[in-house]
Amino acid sequence: MQGMMTVFWKELADDFTSKRFVILFLVVLLAVGFAIFISVQAIDALKEAVTTGTHFVFLMLFVPPIDLPFFMRFIFFIAFLVPLIGIALGFDAINGEKSSGTLSRLLAQPIYRDSVINGKFLAGVVTIAIMLTSIVLLVSGIGLNIIGVAPTAEEVLRLMAFIAIGTVYGAFWLGLAMLFSIFFQRVATSALASIGVWIFFFFYVLMFAGIIASFVAPVGETQLSQLQNAEVQIMLMRLSPIQLFEESATFVLGPEAITKMQYLQLQAQAASKFFTPAPLSFGQSLMIVWPHLVSLVALTVICFAISYAKFMREEIRST
Amino acid sequence: MSKEPVIEAIELTKTYNGLKAVDKLNLRIEEGEIFGFLGPNGSGKTTSILMMLGLTEPTSGTARVCGYNSTREPLKVKNLAGYIPENVGFYDDLTTGYNLAYMARLSDIPEGVIKQRIEEVLDTVGLKGMAYRKVGEFSRGMRQRLAIADVLMRMPKVAFLDEPTAGIDPRGIRQTLDLIARIAKENKMTIIMSSHQLAQVQRICTHVGIMQKGKMVVQGLISQLGREFLGGGRFKIEVRLAGVAAAILEAIKQVKGVVKVDRPEENLLVISSRDDVRSQIAKVIVDNNGLLEQMNVVSYALEDIYMKYSVED
Ligand SMILES: Nc1ncnc2c1ncn2[C@@H]1O[C@H](COP(=O)(O)OP(=O)(O)OP(=O)(O)O)[C@@H](O)[C@H]1O
Ligand SMILES: [Mg+2]
Repeated sequence: MQGMMTVFWKELADDFTSKRFVILFLVVLLAVGFAIFISVQAIDALKEAVTTGTHFVFLMLFVPPIDLPFFMRFIFFIAFLVPLIGIALGFDAINGEKSSGTLSRLLAQPIYRDSVINGKFLAGVVTIAIMLTSIVLLVSGIGLNIIGVAPTAEEVLRLMAFIAIGTVYGAFWLGLAMLFSIFFQRVATSALASIGVWIFFFFYVLMFAGIIASFVAPVGETQLSQLQNAEVQIMLMRLSPIQLFEESATFVLGPEAITKMQYLQLQAQAASKFFTPAPLSFGQSLMIVWPHLVSLVALTVICFAISYAKFMREEIRST
Repeated sequence: MSKEPVIEAIELTKTYNGLKAVDKLNLRIEEGEIFGFLGPNGSGKTTSILMMLGLTEPTSGTARVCGYNSTREPLKVKNLAGYIPENVGFYDDLTTGYNLAYMARLSDIPEGVIKQRIEEVLDTVGLKGMAYRKVGEFSRGMRQRLAIADVLMRMPKVAFLDEPTAGIDPRGIRQTLDLIARIAKENKMTIIMSSHQLAQVQRICTHVGIMQKGKMVVQGLISQLGREFLGGGRFKIEVRLAGVAAAILEAIKQVKGVVKVDRPEENLLVISSRDDVRSQIAKVIVDNNGLLEQMNVVSYALEDIYMKYSVED
């Protein structure tokens, strides 16, 4: 425990002062700034809605209730960039210390080997959490100034839930990057492997999901076939941590937002006249998000289990 | 067998894909010994050290440090042992002081004493006032000194030094090794040190072992090995005469202390003796009307022993 905390504090300092983190953080700020600019304009256009008070006005800063291409949305930027930060913080965690020759000395100290992995992981997770928190605070500050509406208690809760989900999401990528840093001896290889997985989930899963779904459940004339096709597609996409994050973040931040699948479900229900549109309560949102979160945690745990199995008994030779 | 050895290896074996890197190594190193671990490249020195430290698992056999099994109780072993790895590395963009403090914290040295210890050990290894310099700016030799400082922070009971003088200049090697020897003596520290610097090993080590293809081919007190090498005596005296008569040969053999007399050349005698008997021999030769051309004491060098045992195939 002592050992883990020592590693944690050192790594935390390293993470925050590392150039790669500073660079990525600036990139994130730029993207978020852009998203907020769009939101603020949208909210201006929706002034009456704002004043009627039936909406989560403050959350509109993050999830503007307008038709936007997906790549201009706040949640997309976070979904896109947080993996890069997780990877940047973890891709050389172990093999970097191997090639610099410090791992030998580190593991010759009277500490358990897992305290090295745990300490580094924890430091990365805390870094990601702090980063997300400061982004949310920054946006909130700007928002407060511009739209002049304070967040309600529920909105604060939802924002906190968003930070938690984002941190879990980042933790997965960090865990994955650290896993590669244990498996590959060369830093360049582990970095590429992590980026490869990121690209795979980001682009290929979407493509494959569409293709596979059109085979398994081809879209026909009926609404039911459309629904089934969408369901298959969504199921496949949920294999991707990116999809898990995007969906849960959307549910938590945008109680009124609906996913493609829900939209179709709602349409189907509307056809049978059971449809009553109402925003989801915080509890309901969490209920929907819960399995997603569990999946993300499970993926992270799998990365960790494999990392342990490999690292705990590995030979540490400084070459 | 009354005293428990500080380092003990029993039938220690490590196999890499069928290749025996270390083959049934047996070793006993007792308190206060400075053990020079010699052998050609790839003979298994580093592998043995890694197994003794619990940084790699033996294929079979056991290693113990102060009675603790290195595989099963690695933390206890690491609590007692200091280690300088073969290619020692530091966090280059952090300061010397931070590098030392980090490892010290990991080995539970109280925060209050760390700062003072850093000043002390840096002074000891000749890096005084460098606590705030980044290690990235250090030369190879300075890093090696820093590695020694790192070990000294904890003042362990046992130190495993894998080529601690690699990359240091000749004067630096002498200073460093003298330092190691002095510290070991003052603190009753036991040291196992792999090295290719035979002359230096001979100077500071009490014991040596020579590895050859994973096997320990010779091992023992350095003075003992030297004696064996010199043919049983402690001194080897070479005598060159104008002509050797049988009487002279016989007379020399009778001198008290002489163990053995060889005659590798017509006019050259090689005498192995327990004492320095040069004057007696000179007298015997003169008494027997021999003409003495040259006489000198040959001292053995560890290098000769090394060359004898680490034969190439
Ligand atoms: N990870 C490994 N996989 C396979 N073989 C290995 C591995 N590590 C070492 N070896 C082999 O084990 C043998 C012993 O290597 P070791 O590093 O112990 O030698 P050494 O005596 O320390 O040599 P040097 O003087 O060059 O440091 C060598 O033949 C080496 O090739
Ligand atoms: Mg070696």
